[in-house]
Amino acid sequence: MPIAAKTGNEAMAEAMRQINPDVVAAYPITPATEVVMIFAQFVADGLVDTEYIPVESEHSAMSACVGASAAGARVMTGTSSQGLALMYEILPIASALRLPIIMSEVNRALSGPINIHCDHSDTMGGRDFGWIQIFSENAQEAYDNLLQAVRIAEDPRVKLPAMVTTDGFIISHCMEKIEMLEDSEVKAFVGERKPAANLLDTEHPITIGALDLQDYYFEHRRQVAEAMGGSAPIILEVADEFAKKTGRKYGLFDEYKLADAEIAMVALGSTCGTAKVVIDELRAKGIKAGMLKIRVFRPFPAEKIAEALAKIPAVAVLDRSDSLNAQGGPVFTEIRSALYDKAKKPKIINYIYGLGGRDIMLTDIRSIFSDLQSVDKQKLVNYLGVRE
Amino acid sequence: MTEEKKPGWKELPEGDVLESGTAVKFNTGGWRSSRPLWTQSNCIQCLICWIVCPDSSVTTKDGKMTGFDYDHCKGCGICDKECPTKPGKRAITMEAEKK
Repeated sequence: MPIAAKTGNEAMAEAMRQINPDVVAAYPITPATEVVMIFAQFVADGLVDTEYIPVESEHSAMSACVGASAAGARVMTGTSSQGLALMYEILPIASALRLPIIMSEVNRALSGPINIHCDHSDTMGGRDFGWIQIFSENAQEAYDNLLQAVRIAEDPRVKLPAMVTTDGFIISHCMEKIEMLEDSEVKAFVGERKPAANLLDTEHPITIGALDLQDYYFEHRRQVAEAMGGSAPIILEVADEFAKKTGRKYGLFDEYKLADAEIAMVALGSTCGTAKVVIDELRAKGIKAGMLKIRVFRPFPAEKIAEALAKIPAVAVLDRSDSLNAQGGPVFTEIRSALYDKAKKPKIINYIYGLGGRDIMLTDIRSIFSDLQSVDKQKLVNYLGVRE
Repeated sequence: MTEEKKPGWKELPEGDVLESGTAVKFNTGGWRSSRPLWTQSNCIQCLICWIVCPDSSVTTKDGKMTGFDYDHCKGCGICDKECPTKPGKRAITMEAEKK
Protein backbone atom coordinates (compact mmCIF):
# COMPACT_ATOMS: atom_id res chain seq x y z
CA MET A 1 0.00 0.00 0.00
CA PRO A 2 1.37 3.43 -0.94
CA ILE A 3 2.40 5.60 1.99
CA ALA A 4 2.35 9.34 1.38
CA ALA A 5 2.69 12.66 3.19
CA LYS A 6 -0.62 14.46 2.67
CA THR A 7 -2.60 17.30 4.20
CA GLY A 8 -6.22 16.57 5.00
CA ASN A 9 -7.30 18.45 1.88
CA GLU A 10 -4.82 16.54 -0.28
CA ALA A 11 -5.96 13.25 1.23
CA MET A 12 -9.57 14.03 0.37
CA ALA A 13 -8.66 15.17 -3.15
CA GLU A 14 -6.68 11.96 -3.68
CA ALA A 15 -9.65 9.91 -2.47
CA MET A 16 -11.84 11.79 -4.97
CA ARG A 17 -9.36 11.05 -7.75
CA GLN A 18 -9.43 7.36 -6.95
CA ILE A 19 -13.24 7.34 -6.66
CA ASN A 20 -13.39 9.03 -10.09
CA PRO A 21 -16.92 10.48 -9.76
CA ASP A 22 -19.01 11.25 -12.86
CA VAL A 23 -19.74 14.83 -11.81
CA VAL A 24 -18.19 17.33 -9.38
CA ALA A 25 -19.80 20.74 -8.93
CA ALA A 26 -18.10 23.02 -6.44
CA TYR A 27 -17.19 26.56 -5.45
CA PRO A 28 -14.03 27.48 -3.55
CA ILE A 29 -14.05 28.48 0.11
CA THR A 30 -11.33 28.56 2.76
CA PRO A 31 -10.24 26.15 4.19
CA ALA A 32 -11.87 23.62 1.81
CA THR A 33 -10.72 25.30 -1.42
CA GLU A 34 -7.80 22.96 -2.00
CA VAL A 35 -9.95 19.83 -2.04
CA VAL A 36 -11.75 20.86 -5.22
CA MET A 37 -8.82 22.92 -6.54
CA ILE A 38 -6.49 19.92 -6.48
CA PHE A 39 -9.27 17.81 -7.93
CA ALA A 40 -9.81 20.36 -10.73
CA GLN A 41 -6.14 19.87 -11.61
CA PHE A 42 -6.72 16.11 -11.83
CA VAL A 43 -9.58 16.83 -14.25
CA ALA A 44 -7.40 19.19 -16.31
CA ASP A 45 -4.61 16.60 -16.39
CA GLY A 46 -6.99 13.92 -17.62
CA LEU A 47 -6.46 11.69 -14.58
CA VAL A 48 -10.21 11.30 -14.03
CA ASP A 49 -13.27 11.07 -16.29
CA THR A 50 -15.22 13.61 -14.24
CA GLU A 51 -17.42 16.36 -15.66
CA TYR A 52 -16.29 19.31 -13.51
CA ILE A 53 -18.89 22.07 -13.20
CA PRO A 54 -17.48 25.40 -11.97
CA VAL A 55 -20.42 27.36 -10.59
CA GLU A 56 -21.07 30.87 -9.27
CA SER A 57 -21.99 29.87 -5.69
CA GLU A 58 -22.40 26.92 -3.35
CA HIS A 59 -26.16 27.19 -3.78
CA SER A 60 -25.63 26.48 -7.47
CA ALA A 61 -23.03 23.81 -6.70
CA MET A 62 -25.47 21.78 -4.61
CA SER A 63 -28.27 22.41 -7.13
CA ALA A 64 -26.07 21.05 -9.93
CA CYS A 65 -25.20 18.07 -7.72
CA VAL A 66 -28.91 17.34 -7.20
CA GLY A 67 -29.63 17.46 -10.93
CA ALA A 68 -26.64 15.31 -11.84
CA SER A 69 -27.39 12.76 -9.13
CA ALA A 70 -31.04 12.54 -10.23
CA ALA A 71 -29.69 11.85 -13.72
CA GLY A 72 -27.92 8.80 -12.29
CA ALA A 73 -24.38 10.13 -11.91
CA ARG A 74 -22.00 9.52 -9.01
CA VAL A 75 -21.65 13.05 -7.67
CA MET A 76 -19.24 14.70 -5.25
CA THR A 77 -18.58 18.20 -3.94
CA GLY A 78 -16.66 19.96 -1.20
CA THR A 79 -17.26 23.03 0.92
CA SER A 80 -17.01 24.71 4.32
CA SER A 81 -18.72 27.19 6.63
CA GLN A 82 -20.61 29.92 4.73
CA GLY A 83 -20.45 27.70 1.68
CA LEU A 84 -22.24 24.90 3.49
CA ALA A 85 -24.69 27.47 4.87
CA LEU A 86 -25.42 28.65 1.33
CA MET A 87 -26.15 25.02 0.44
CA TYR A 88 -28.56 24.61 3.38
CA GLU A 89 -31.58 25.32 1.17
CA ILE A 90 -30.70 22.43 -1.15
CA LEU A 91 -29.30 19.90 1.36
CA PRO A 92 -32.70 18.62 2.57
CA ILE A 93 -33.86 18.37 -1.04
CA ALA A 94 -30.95 16.01 -1.80
CA SER A 95 -31.91 13.75 1.10
CA ALA A 96 -35.67 13.89 0.46
CA LEU A 97 -35.09 12.88 -3.17
CA ARG A 98 -32.77 10.15 -1.84
CA LEU A 99 -29.77 11.26 -3.87
CA PRO A 100 -26.46 9.82 -2.60
CA ILE A 101 -24.27 12.91 -3.11
CA ILE A 102 -20.91 12.75 -1.32
CA MET A 103 -19.40 15.88 0.23
CA SER A 104 -16.05 16.61 1.80
CA GLU A 105 -16.84 19.26 4.36
CA VAL A 106 -14.10 21.11 6.20
CA ASN A 107 -15.43 22.31 9.56
CA ARG A 108 -15.18 26.06 10.02
CA ALA A 109 -16.91 28.67 12.17
CA LEU A 110 -20.00 30.41 10.83
CA SER A 111 -19.92 34.18 10.53
CA GLY A 112 -20.27 36.39 12.38
CA PRO A 113 -18.08 37.89 13.36
CA ILE A 114 -16.23 36.72 10.29
CA ASN A 115 -13.75 33.96 11.03
CA ILE A 116 -12.13 31.33 8.83
CA HIS A 117 -10.94 28.88 11.49
CA CYS A 118 -12.19 25.60 12.85
CA ASP A 119 -15.27 24.87 14.80
CA HIS A 120 -18.23 22.62 14.12
CA SER A 121 -20.99 25.26 13.80
CA ASP A 122 -21.38 24.76 10.05
CA THR A 123 -21.78 20.99 10.14
CA MET A 124 -23.94 21.05 13.27
CA GLY A 125 -26.19 23.62 11.60
CA GLY A 126 -26.87 21.00 8.94
CA ARG A 127 -27.43 18.09 11.29
CA ASP A 128 -31.18 17.79 10.71
CA PHE A 129 -31.11 17.85 6.90
CA GLY A 130 -31.06 14.08 6.34
CA TRP A 131 -27.35 13.87 5.51
CA ILE A 132 -25.17 11.16 6.99
CA GLN A 133 -22.40 12.96 8.92
CA ILE A 134 -19.04 11.31 9.50
CA PHE A 135 -16.29 13.08 11.48
CA SER A 136 -12.55 12.44 11.07
CA GLU A 137 -9.76 12.75 13.64
CA ASN A 138 -6.95 13.13 11.10
CA ALA A 139 -6.07 12.97 7.40
CA GLN A 140 -5.98 9.17 7.38
CA GLU A 141 -9.52 8.96 8.70
CA ALA A 142 -10.67 11.63 6.26
CA TYR A 143 -9.32 9.55 3.37
CA ASP A 144 -10.77 6.30 4.71
CA ASN A 145 -14.13 7.86 5.56
CA LEU A 146 -14.56 9.43 2.14
CA LEU A 147 -14.01 6.09 0.39
CA GLN A 148 -16.49 4.39 2.71
CA ALA A 149 -19.04 7.20 2.35
CA VAL A 150 -19.52 6.37 -1.33
CA ARG A 151 -20.47 2.80 -0.55
CA ILE A 152 -22.71 3.80 2.36
CA ALA A 153 -24.59 6.58 0.56
CA GLU A 154 -25.15 4.64 -2.66
CA ASP A 155 -26.21 1.40 -1.00
CA PRO A 156 -29.76 0.69 -2.26
CA ARG A 157 -30.80 0.12 1.37
CA VAL A 158 -29.64 3.66 2.26
CA LYS A 159 -29.80 6.11 -0.68
CA LEU A 160 -28.92 9.18 1.39
CA PRO A 161 -26.35 11.93 0.85
CA ALA A 162 -23.30 11.87 3.10
CA MET A 163 -20.76 14.41 4.30
CA VAL A 164 -17.33 13.50 5.60
CA THR A 165 -15.79 16.22 7.73
CA THR A 166 -12.31 17.30 8.73
CA ASP A 167 -11.37 20.17 11.05
CA GLY A 168 -10.44 23.39 9.27
CA PHE A 169 -6.66 24.01 9.16
CA ILE A 170 -6.00 21.56 12.01
CA ILE A 171 -6.58 18.62 9.65
CA SER A 172 -7.16 20.31 6.30
CA HIS A 173 -3.75 22.03 6.17
CA CYS A 174 -1.68 19.81 8.45
CA MET A 175 0.58 17.30 6.69
CA GLU A 176 0.57 13.75 8.00
CA LYS A 177 1.65 10.33 6.90
CA ILE A 178 -1.25 8.44 5.38
CA GLU A 179 -1.60 4.98 3.98
CA MET A 180 -3.52 4.92 0.71
CA LEU A 181 -5.10 2.12 -1.27
CA GLU A 182 -3.99 1.38 -4.83
CA ASP A 183 -6.18 3.05 -7.49
CA SER A 184 -7.39 -0.37 -8.64
CA GLU A 185 -8.35 -1.37 -5.09
CA VAL A 186 -10.45 1.78 -4.66
CA LYS A 187 -12.10 1.20 -8.03
CA ALA A 188 -13.07 -2.32 -6.97
CA PHE A 189 -14.16 -1.15 -3.51
CA VAL A 190 -16.47 1.67 -4.62
CA GLY A 191 -17.85 -0.15 -7.69
CA GLU A 192 -20.38 1.65 -9.88
CA ARG A 193 -23.49 3.52 -8.87
CA LYS A 194 -26.59 1.64 -10.01
CA PRO A 195 -29.67 3.80 -9.38
CA ALA A 196 -33.08 2.12 -9.78
CA ALA A 197 -34.34 5.03 -11.88
CA ASN A 198 -32.78 8.11 -13.45
CA LEU A 199 -33.96 11.23 -15.24
CA LEU A 200 -32.05 10.52 -18.47
CA ASP A 201 -33.65 7.09 -19.00
CA THR A 202 -36.16 8.14 -21.69
CA GLU A 203 -37.43 4.55 -21.99
CA HIS A 204 -38.66 4.80 -18.39
CA PRO A 205 -39.53 8.46 -17.85
CA ILE A 206 -40.04 9.61 -14.24
CA THR A 207 -40.96 12.69 -12.26
CA ILE A 208 -38.61 13.61 -9.39
CA GLY A 209 -39.46 16.20 -6.77
CA ALA A 210 -43.14 16.79 -7.48
CA LEU A 211 -45.19 19.09 -5.25
CA ASP A 212 -45.83 17.16 -2.03
CA LEU A 213 -48.43 18.82 0.19
CA GLN A 214 -50.43 17.93 3.30
CA ASP A 215 -51.29 14.47 1.94
CA TYR A 216 -47.82 13.02 1.31
CA TYR A 217 -44.98 15.27 2.56
CA PHE A 218 -45.16 13.84 6.10
CA GLU A 219 -44.85 10.24 4.83
CA HIS A 220 -41.82 11.14 2.72
CA ARG A 221 -40.11 12.80 5.69
CA ARG A 222 -40.86 9.70 7.78
CA GLN A 223 -39.12 7.62 5.11
CA VAL A 224 -35.96 9.75 5.37
CA ALA A 225 -35.89 9.25 9.16
CA GLU A 226 -36.24 5.51 8.65
CA ALA A 227 -33.51 5.43 5.99
CA MET A 228 -31.19 7.36 8.29
CA GLY A 229 -31.74 4.92 11.16
CA GLY A 230 -31.38 2.00 8.78
CA SER A 231 -28.02 3.26 7.52
CA ALA A 232 -26.26 2.46 10.83
CA PRO A 233 -25.85 -1.30 10.18
CA ILE A 234 -24.78 -0.56 6.59
CA ILE A 235 -22.11 1.85 7.88
CA LEU A 236 -20.79 -0.99 10.06
CA GLU A 237 -20.99 -3.48 7.19
CA VAL A 238 -18.94 -1.21 4.92
CA ALA A 239 -16.47 -0.58 7.78
CA ASP A 240 -15.99 -4.34 8.19
CA GLU A 241 -15.24 -4.79 4.52
CA PHE A 242 -12.85 -1.83 4.64
CA ALA A 243 -11.08 -3.29 7.68
CA LYS A 244 -10.54 -6.57 5.86
CA LYS A 245 -8.78 -4.69 3.06
CA THR A 246 -6.77 -2.24 5.15
CA GLY A 247 -6.65 -3.47 8.75
CA ARG A 248 -8.10 -0.12 9.82
CA LYS A 249 -11.22 -0.62 11.91
CA TYR A 250 -14.08 1.85 12.19
CA GLY A 251 -17.32 1.88 14.17
CA LEU A 252 -20.10 4.39 14.71
CA PHE A 253 -17.92 5.61 17.56
CA ASP A 254 -14.56 4.61 18.95
CA GLU A 255 -13.80 3.80 22.59
CA TYR A 256 -10.40 4.84 23.92
CA LYS A 257 -9.60 3.21 27.28
CA LEU A 258 -13.28 3.57 28.10
CA ALA A 259 -14.21 0.10 29.40
CA ASP A 260 -12.93 0.64 32.96
CA ALA A 261 -12.88 4.46 32.93
CA GLU A 262 -14.07 6.38 35.98
CA ILE A 263 -13.84 9.77 34.27
CA ALA A 264 -14.41 10.12 30.54
CA MET A 265 -14.90 12.68 27.83
CA VAL A 266 -16.85 12.60 24.56
CA ALA A 267 -15.60 14.53 21.55
CA LEU A 268 -15.41 14.47 17.77
CA GLY A 269 -12.74 15.37 15.25
CA SER A 270 -9.14 16.41 15.79
CA THR A 271 -9.55 17.15 19.51
CA CYS A 272 -9.68 13.40 20.10
CA GLY A 273 -6.02 13.10 19.11
CA THR A 274 -5.05 15.69 21.73
CA ALA A 275 -7.20 13.97 24.32
CA LYS A 276 -5.51 10.61 23.81
CA VAL A 277 -2.18 12.12 24.91
CA VAL A 278 -3.72 13.40 28.14
CA ILE A 279 -5.55 10.14 28.79
CA ASP A 280 -2.26 8.23 28.43
CA GLU A 281 -0.61 10.64 30.91
CA LEU A 282 -3.42 10.18 33.42
CA ARG A 283 -3.42 6.41 33.00
CA ALA A 284 0.35 6.40 33.74
CA LYS A 285 -0.50 8.09 37.04
CA GLY A 286 -3.14 5.45 37.80
CA ILE A 287 -6.12 7.72 37.02
CA LYS A 288 -8.79 5.82 35.08
CA ALA A 289 -9.52 8.29 32.28
CA GLY A 290 -11.08 7.38 28.93
CA MET A 291 -12.80 8.76 25.87
CA LEU A 292 -15.68 8.07 23.54
CA LYS A 293 -14.91 9.48 20.10
CA ILE A 294 -17.98 9.96 17.94
CA ARG A 295 -17.32 9.12 14.29
CA VAL A 296 -20.91 9.08 13.02
CA PHE A 297 -23.09 11.91 14.33
CA ARG A 298 -25.91 11.18 11.85
CA PRO A 299 -27.35 8.62 12.20
CA PHE A 300 -26.90 9.26 15.93
CA PRO A 301 -26.10 5.96 17.70
CA ALA A 302 -27.99 6.98 20.85
CA GLU A 303 -28.59 3.58 22.45
CA LYS A 304 -25.07 2.29 21.94
CA ILE A 305 -23.53 5.52 23.24
CA ALA A 306 -25.80 5.39 26.29
CA GLU A 307 -24.73 1.80 26.96
CA ALA A 308 -21.06 2.70 26.62
CA LEU A 309 -21.34 5.64 29.02
CA ALA A 310 -23.95 4.43 31.52
CA LYS A 311 -21.59 2.92 34.07
CA ILE A 312 -19.00 5.68 34.07
CA PRO A 313 -19.40 7.95 37.13
CA ALA A 314 -18.44 11.25 35.46
CA VAL A 315 -18.56 12.29 31.81
CA ALA A 316 -17.71 15.55 30.03
CA VAL A 317 -19.13 16.16 26.56
CA LEU A 318 -17.15 18.56 24.38
CA ASP A 319 -19.02 20.66 21.83
CA ARG A 320 -17.08 22.67 19.27
CA SER A 321 -20.23 24.64 18.50
CA ASP A 322 -22.79 26.35 20.66
CA SER A 323 -26.56 26.32 20.55
CA LEU A 324 -26.40 29.75 22.22
CA ASN A 325 -28.41 29.17 25.38
CA ALA A 326 -30.07 25.87 24.68
CA GLN A 327 -29.17 23.34 27.39
CA GLY A 328 -25.62 22.99 26.14
CA GLY A 329 -24.24 22.21 22.70
CA PRO A 330 -25.84 19.80 20.21
CA VAL A 331 -23.67 16.79 21.10
CA PHE A 332 -24.35 17.28 24.80
CA THR A 333 -28.12 17.60 24.50
CA GLU A 334 -28.36 14.42 22.44
CA ILE A 335 -26.11 12.38 24.72
CA ARG A 336 -27.77 13.61 27.88
CA SER A 337 -31.16 12.76 26.36
CA ALA A 338 -29.90 9.30 25.33
CA LEU A 339 -28.91 8.61 28.94
CA TYR A 340 -32.20 9.79 30.49
CA ASP A 341 -33.85 6.36 30.67
CA LYS A 342 -30.81 4.53 32.02
CA ALA A 343 -31.29 3.49 35.66
CA LYS A 344 -27.57 4.01 36.25
CA LYS A 345 -26.09 6.98 34.48
CA PRO A 346 -23.13 9.31 34.82
CA LYS A 347 -23.04 12.78 36.21
CA ILE A 348 -22.62 14.60 32.92
CA ILE A 349 -21.35 18.10 32.11
CA ASN A 350 -20.76 20.08 28.92
CA TYR A 351 -17.85 22.13 27.63
CA ILE A 352 -18.31 24.53 24.74
CA TYR A 353 -14.78 24.99 23.40
CA GLY A 354 -12.61 25.98 20.47
CA LEU A 355 -15.02 28.36 18.76
CA GLY A 356 -13.54 30.24 15.82
CA GLY A 357 -10.36 28.17 15.93
CA ARG A 358 -9.45 28.86 19.57
CA ASP A 359 -6.76 26.29 20.31
CA ILE A 360 -7.58 23.33 22.51
CA MET A 361 -4.35 22.58 24.36
CA LEU A 362 -3.21 19.65 26.48
CA THR A 363 -3.70 21.91 29.51
CA ASP A 364 -7.35 22.45 28.54
CA ILE A 365 -8.01 18.71 28.35
CA ARG A 366 -6.16 18.20 31.66
CA SER A 367 -8.42 20.81 33.27
CA ILE A 368 -11.52 18.96 32.04
CA PHE A 369 -10.38 15.67 33.57
CA SER A 370 -9.43 17.55 36.73
CA ASP A 371 -12.96 19.04 36.87
CA LEU A 372 -14.43 15.56 36.41
CA GLN A 373 -12.71 14.41 39.61
CA SER A 374 -15.00 16.82 41.49
CA VAL A 375 -17.90 16.69 39.05
CA ASP A 376 -20.55 17.54 41.66
CA LYS A 377 -19.07 21.00 42.02
CA GLN A 378 -19.18 21.78 38.29
CA LYS A 379 -21.73 23.73 36.31
CA LEU A 380 -23.86 21.92 33.71
CA VAL A 381 -22.60 23.99 30.78
CA ASN A 382 -19.11 25.48 30.77
CA TYR A 383 -17.32 27.74 28.32
CA LEU A 384 -13.79 26.37 28.20
CA GLY A 385 -11.09 28.96 27.69
CA VAL A 386 -13.29 31.98 27.10
CA ARG A 387 -11.94 35.11 28.79
CA GLU A 388 -14.19 36.37 31.60
CA MET B 1 -68.70 8.89 -1.11
CA THR B 2 -65.95 6.75 0.43
CA GLU B 3 -62.72 8.29 1.58
CA GLU B 4 -59.71 7.58 -0.63
CA LYS B 5 -57.24 5.14 1.01
CA LYS B 6 -53.82 6.76 0.85
CA PRO B 7 -50.59 4.78 1.09
CA GLY B 8 -48.64 4.87 4.36
CA TRP B 9 -44.94 5.73 4.46
CA LYS B 10 -43.92 2.09 4.08
CA GLU B 11 -45.89 1.64 0.84
CA LEU B 12 -45.22 5.03 -0.74
CA PRO B 13 -42.52 5.08 -3.48
CA GLU B 14 -39.26 6.36 -1.98
CA GLY B 15 -37.75 9.73 -2.72
CA ASP B 16 -40.81 11.40 -4.25
CA VAL B 17 -40.15 9.53 -7.54
CA LEU B 18 -43.33 9.20 -9.59
CA GLU B 19 -44.38 8.24 -13.10
CA SER B 20 -43.74 10.94 -15.69
CA GLY B 21 -46.24 13.46 -16.99
CA THR B 22 -48.03 14.11 -13.70
CA ALA B 23 -48.14 17.86 -14.42
CA VAL B 24 -50.87 17.13 -17.01
CA LYS B 25 -53.25 16.36 -14.13
CA PHE B 26 -52.52 19.63 -12.36
CA ASN B 27 -54.16 22.60 -14.04
CA THR B 28 -52.06 25.69 -13.45
CA GLY B 29 -53.82 27.92 -16.00
CA GLY B 30 -55.81 29.53 -13.21
CA TRP B 31 -52.71 31.44 -12.10
CA ARG B 32 -52.68 33.42 -15.37
CA SER B 33 -53.13 37.21 -15.33
CA SER B 34 -52.76 37.62 -19.09
CA ARG B 35 -53.17 35.14 -21.94
CA PRO B 36 -51.37 34.69 -25.25
CA LEU B 37 -53.58 34.95 -28.32
CA TRP B 38 -52.63 33.25 -31.60
CA THR B 39 -53.40 34.77 -35.00
CA GLN B 40 -53.04 31.87 -37.39
CA SER B 41 -52.86 34.02 -40.55
CA ASN B 42 -49.77 35.86 -39.21
CA CYS B 43 -47.97 32.72 -37.98
CA ILE B 44 -44.85 31.70 -39.93
CA GLN B 45 -44.70 28.26 -38.20
CA CYS B 46 -41.13 28.74 -36.92
CA LEU B 47 -42.10 26.92 -33.66
CA ILE B 48 -39.86 29.17 -31.53
CA CYS B 49 -42.81 29.55 -29.12
CA TRP B 50 -43.00 25.76 -28.82
CA ILE B 51 -39.28 25.60 -28.02
CA VAL B 52 -39.28 28.35 -25.38
CA CYS B 53 -42.56 27.58 -23.59
CA PRO B 54 -41.57 26.42 -20.07
CA ASP B 55 -44.91 24.63 -19.55
CA SER B 56 -45.28 22.69 -22.83
CA SER B 57 -48.43 24.72 -23.43
CA VAL B 58 -47.98 25.41 -27.14
CA THR B 59 -50.07 22.75 -28.90
CA THR B 60 -48.99 21.24 -32.21
CA LYS B 61 -50.26 18.77 -34.78
CA ASP B 62 -48.15 17.21 -37.53
CA GLY B 63 -45.29 19.60 -36.75
CA LYS B 64 -47.46 22.74 -36.97
CA MET B 65 -48.46 25.16 -34.23
CA THR B 66 -52.19 24.87 -33.47
CA GLY B 67 -52.70 27.17 -30.47
CA PHE B 68 -52.33 27.16 -26.67
CA ASP B 69 -53.25 24.78 -23.87
CA TYR B 70 -54.95 27.26 -21.53
CA ASP B 71 -55.31 24.63 -18.78
CA HIS B 72 -51.55 24.79 -18.22
CA CYS B 73 -50.35 28.10 -19.72
CA LYS B 74 -49.36 30.41 -16.83
CA GLY B 75 -49.28 33.50 -19.07
CA CYS B 76 -45.56 34.18 -18.66
CA GLY B 77 -45.41 35.82 -22.10
CA ILE B 78 -42.11 34.29 -23.22
CA CYS B 79 -43.81 33.10 -26.45
CA ASP B 80 -44.95 36.66 -27.21
CA LYS B 81 -41.51 38.08 -26.37
CA GLU B 82 -39.70 35.58 -28.61
CA CYS B 83 -42.16 35.46 -31.52
CA PRO B 84 -40.22 36.93 -34.49
CA THR B 85 -43.26 38.25 -36.41
CA LYS B 86 -43.30 41.98 -37.20
CA PRO B 87 -45.44 44.68 -35.47
CA GLY B 88 -48.81 44.93 -37.12
CA LYS B 89 -48.56 41.31 -38.25
CA ARG B 90 -48.03 39.67 -34.86
CA ALA B 91 -48.80 35.95 -34.58
CA ILE B 92 -48.80 36.11 -30.76
CA THR B 93 -50.14 38.96 -28.62
CA MET B 94 -50.94 39.12 -24.89
CA GLU B 95 -54.34 40.10 -23.54
CA ALA B 96 -55.25 40.73 -19.88
CA GLU B 97 -57.50 38.09 -18.29
CA LYS B 98 -60.84 39.61 -17.35
CA LYS B 99 -63.63 37.99 -15.42
